[in-house]
Amino acid sequence: MSQIKSFEDLRKIKEDFGKRIQFREKSFDPSKVVQIKVGFGTSGIASGAKEVMTFLRDELEKRNIEAVVTQTGDMGYSYAEPTIEVKLPGQEPIVFGKVNVRKADEIIERYIKNGELIDGIIPVNYHTI
Amino acid sequence: MHLLVCGGTTCRSSESESIRNALEESLERNGLENEVKVVSTGCFGFCDKGPIVKVIPGNTFYIHVKPEDAEEIVKEHVLNGRRVERLLYLEPEKELLATGSKEIGFQKKQIRIALRNCGFIDPENIDEYIARDGYVALCRCLTEYTPQQVIEMIKKSGLRGRGGGGFPTGLKWEITAKVKSDQKYVICNADEGDPGAFMDRSILEGDPHSVIEAMAINGYCTGASKGLVYIRAEYPMAIKRLRIAINQAKEYGLLGKNIFNSGFDFDIELRYGAGAFVCGEETALIHSMEGKRGEPTFKPPFPSEHGFLGKPSNVNNVETYANIPVIINKGPEWFASIGTEKSKGTKVFALAGKINNVGLIEVPMGTTLRDVIFKIGGGIRGGKGFKAVQTGGPSGGCLTTRHLDTPIDYDNLLAAGSMMGSGGMIVMDEDDCMVSIAKFYLGFTVDESCGKCSPCRIGNKRLYEILDKITKGEGTTEDLAKLKNLSEVIKDTSLCGLGQTSPNPVLSTLDNFWDEYVEHVIDKKCRASSCKGLMKYVIDPEACTGCTACARACPVNAISGERKGPHTINQEICIKCGTCMEKCKFNAVLLQ
Repeated sequence: MSQIKSFEDLRKIKEDFGKRIQFREKSFDPSKVVQIKVGFGTSGIASGAKEVMTFLRDELEKRNIEAVVTQTGDMGYSYAEPTIEVKLPGQEPIVFGKVNVRKADEIIERYIKNGELIDGIIPVNYHTI
Repeated sequence: MHLLVCGGTTCRSSESESIRNALEESLERNGLENEVKVVSTGCFGFCDKGPIVKVIPGNTFYIHVKPEDAEEIVKEHVLNGRRVERLLYLEPEKELLATGSKEIGFQKKQIRIALRNCGFIDPENIDEYIARDGYVALCRCLTEYTPQQVIEMIKKSGLRGRGGGGFPTGLKWEITAKVKSDQKYVICNADEGDPGAFMDRSILEGDPHSVIEAMAINGYCTGASKGLVYIRAEYPMAIKRLRIAINQAKEYGLLGKNIFNSGFDFDIELRYGAGAFVCGEETALIHSMEGKRGEPTFKPPFPSEHGFLGKPSNVNNVETYANIPVIINKGPEWFASIGTEKSKGTKVFALAGKINNVGLIEVPMGTTLRDVIFKIGGGIRGGKGFKAVQTGGPSGGCLTTRHLDTPIDYDNLLAAGSMMGSGGMIVMDEDDCMVSIAKFYLGFTVDESCGKCSPCRIGNKRLYEILDKITKGEGTTEDLAKLKNLSEVIKDTSLCGLGQTSPNPVLSTLDNFWDEYVEHVIDKKCRASSCKGLMKYVIDPEACTGCTACARACPVNAISGERKGPHTINQEICIKCGTCMEKCKFNAVLLQ
């Protein structure tokens, strides 16, 4: 990894980042890739986020869906852990709560494959900067 | 098309289930069940307007929807594409019909500044942080501003310490900067000890780089080349993520020698705590880091002058640091535009207790308790009545219905007999006995007192004993006077913040729930039915059928009586376990 020594270096990483995320494993078509974030804070993990993340990674690959599954911090919805955020290409991200393996399967089959919304959506109720 | 029905607990209790069914039936009648799906969602965060139905696409919001409105929504909106005006949300300030959910003001009570990246970026990937303008603030500070200019910006922003005390952050930095020394330290207080609080843990787990960046900025301002994070060992995930983050920052040269070619060197190390509450106090924290007993010492001298290893040290809390990069990037004026006159910016709270939406929230200073509890928090669990909210942890106090419309900021909470604290908010309902709550917090401080000064070590123990006596029904009116008196003495004479604030739960409950204390002492009654010593189980002879189920289940054989005849409980033997009440099929066991 080269050292960052200027504002330009930071900007370059920022610009590259958008591109690199799609090329992380195989050469994805950016317009098709599904991005999933799993809330991986202590409360998420305690409620089973690890199992959900493994399931999503394995099943998306098995079912031939181009997706990037990453971990993220606590989304703040402790009452609805584990939580995951799914972003379909060209769409607003959607957060699902109380996701177990069965729910994750439903999310893949119904939301990711057909764009059909399913129960358990957590509406975004905050601004961020 | 999708119809989203709020399935939050409050909306569900106000019929959102039947609305969902009515919508589905109506769609079926109109042959639309395949094109339009009804989906139930989590809480939208405005339960006072519920039940809510949102139509996608178009983001149309309907409020106060009743099952009988379903047909109209389906026929008008879904079939004819005309909005049902009478159910649309009317925004009070603008007097405009709001349609897009994103523009609805009341929906967005929360602004995430400290939590901006939490639950958004991968905390183990520094590039994601940089992609969100991470380390830009550090770069700008080192290359564009003098340390004094940065301190001025922090001062101008009005940021106050988020650990609880509320000391102006810019001023603290300035004091440390002015002290001359060959070595100074930047310390991050991540010893989050309040029961029910997990703000700092979540920030460190979700966005560790923001804290690292801010500590480096602090180092630049104060002239420190070394940063230390004091974190409790019981936060393994936060420790792991911090370690990864520090290593990544080092690899990129964002920590280490000559950062951004500015000649500024800065490095961060971790120090682990064993999870003692008193180590959140800065002098105790520093002693613990030095490998000594975690005991506080008298201030002054403040750590800014005489801190870690006797060198000037700037101690700030995790959440305080998380705000710093934003202030540099967006400007102090922007930050100061949020919040109240004397408390700027936002505050993260951990909502816990008898509330529907337990979780982390971040609201602008000045938001009312009512908005936090009844809108964002989704109200009280099980539709019960709100009784009190405890803020500020064991050092804070209880606020009641009369404080619901008080804007939350440092000064208002102090005036109301509580404090901001680090941001734990524990909500209590009508089933909670306030004397027992005060006893619980005292139990915590008795455990956590370091024992160095006698008012705290002995005084709190005595306070606890008096409270215990009252909850057992053995209290006298003299005890109430003694409680108050002793509390004042402990407050005035204790050495550190722990002892000076430990009687707060007692004082604030005495203030706000005097009636309840009097009931316990004089009437020997606990209105919340939670003090076992004040209750007795009795059998209603009229309702008792003599089935003997209770007598057979009683673990201490306190119940006697003939078969098919009324039974009685011997109060001398009864241990008040409640088993008889659970076993009785005829509701003949009563709690008095």
